[in-house]
Amino acid sequence: MKQIKTLTKASLKETKSKGGCGECQTSCQSACKTSCTVANQKCENI
Amino acid sequence: MIHQYTMFGLNIVLDVYSGAVHAVSDAVYEILLYLADETELPDTIPANVLNILSERYTKDELIEAYGEIYELHKQGLLLTDDEYKDLALNLPKKSVVKALCLHIAHDCNLRCSYCFADTGSFKGKRSLMSFETGKKAIDFVIENSEHRRNIEIDFFGGEPLINFKVVKQITEYAKEQGKLHDKNFRFTITTNGLLLNDEINDYINENMSNVVLSLDGRPQINDRVRRRVDGTGSYDTIVPKFKKLVESRGTKDYYIRGTFTANNLDFAQDVMHIVSLGFKQTSMEPVVVPDTEYYAILPEHLNKIYSEYERLAQIYIEKRQSGEPFNFFHFMIDLDQGPCVIKRLSGCGAGHEYLAITPDGDIYPCHQFVGDKNFYMGNVFDKTFDLSIKEKFEKSNVYTKPSCQDCFAKFYCSGGCCANAYHFNNDINKPYEMACAMERKRVECAIAIAAKLKLDE
Ligand code: SF4
Ligand code: SF4
Ligand code: SF4
Repeated sequence: MKQIKTLTKASLKETKSKGGCGECQTSCQSACKTSCTVANQKCENI
Repeated sequence: MIHQYTMFGLNIVLDVYSGAVHAVSDAVYEILLYLADETELPDTIPANVLNILSERYTKDELIEAYGEIYELHKQGLLLTDDEYKDLALNLPKKSVVKALCLHIAHDCNLRCSYCFADTGSFKGKRSLMSFETGKKAIDFVIENSEHRRNIEIDFFGGEPLINFKVVKQITEYAKEQGKLHDKNFRFTITTNGLLLNDEINDYINENMSNVVLSLDGRPQINDRVRRRVDGTGSYDTIVPKFKKLVESRGTKDYYIRGTFTANNLDFAQDVMHIVSLGFKQTSMEPVVVPDTEYYAILPEHLNKIYSEYERLAQIYIEKRQSGEPFNFFHFMIDLDQGPCVIKRLSGCGAGHEYLAITPDGDIYPCHQFVGDKNFYMGNVFDKTFDLSIKEKFEKSNVYTKPSCQDCFAKFYCSGGCCANAYHFNNDINKPYEMACAMERKRVECAIAIAAKLKLDE
């Protein structure tokens, strides 16, 4: 494509059926902890 | 739903529901402004859009641009529809407890003015957790985690090092019990560093998968807030101690975690100061206090904060491109791989997967609810555990929070902090708007950084 560069196709939708196992870290978002943006958490199930 | 914005000279388009990120031409960017709410597209460019934009672009250019938009739409990468709502509202209800925040000490050797824990006491009496309580807490999480293998234990306070003997006892007990029950315990600790010494460093390095070290940045900034009981600053004591710990840690994780307030809206300077001390892993968080505090972050500070995040993002890119190791927690987004959508929409787990335990063994949804009678959930000694509170938290996710519905950041933020929502808006499902505004900016920066780095590869 000339006018659009797709930087990631990472399809969230594909994770819908296989995700949710719950083995990954919890992700407190508050300022008093290692506040996390959930998107930088590692999946433990790939 | 899409979100489009420009940063670092790039036109960025995030397709919210697929997670795809695109860098687009001006023509595509402008066409999308007219299509943003669509989830079905006609196969040729709508006449009105063509007409309006013909003033600035050639017809061929617009037709080509639309063709590409259409193609990506067909591939499920642009203007995609929400497929998660039913899933989110019908998530399997029974979650299991898998993480504990142990309040090793309801006391502290600092008196930081912004402390959410009322300078360590959590609005109660100053007290230390006993090994007995810790044991019961470990037993509790083993009993309540069912088949979950990975269990997190965070040693928190107040300041956990003032009761380090018990930290060690609990760690050893958990390791031993973990073997018996096939659980993989991971330990983390958050400390202000004053009491670090070689012996403690060794123990932490051997046992803790992550350590969070609190430092606010430049000496005058840190010492204005992070003061000892006698009013003197902490910077000169803790910086050498942090350096020593980090040097001895090898490749294990750590974070230097700071807080910025209205006193240092130029917090990128503080992050850079931390980097200049030799630390690579940084995090800097906005203070959360009632608006009446003189250092509270207020709506009128937001523009300055946005430009500060952008400045930091620019520095982040430069350092990455020159090969200098530097991480800023909120900018670390892996566009190609990240948590599954279920994780992304379900949030921090407070109150159901993650619980806080006080020195007396009382159970609360998380460290920020400790001491609030309305959220008392039970006690590890008599094994009471209020399932109605658990259920309230279990049910809460981005789809139960009205203000998250139209928010492009929802799968990066996962619905914000329930405690902030409750403290500011009296409802765990009503996110605290100031935090949202800053979170959205951080997500924009993180995506733009990833885009820029990829394009420049
Ligand atoms: S409610 Fe807030 S403070 Fe509590 S665990 Fe969740 S994000 Fe952290
Ligand atoms: S480990 Fe991966 S699949 Fe499992 S809940 Fe976490 S992100 Fe989802
Ligand atoms: S930024 Fe606020 S509105 Fe957006 S998803 Fe997070 S909590 Fe919800």
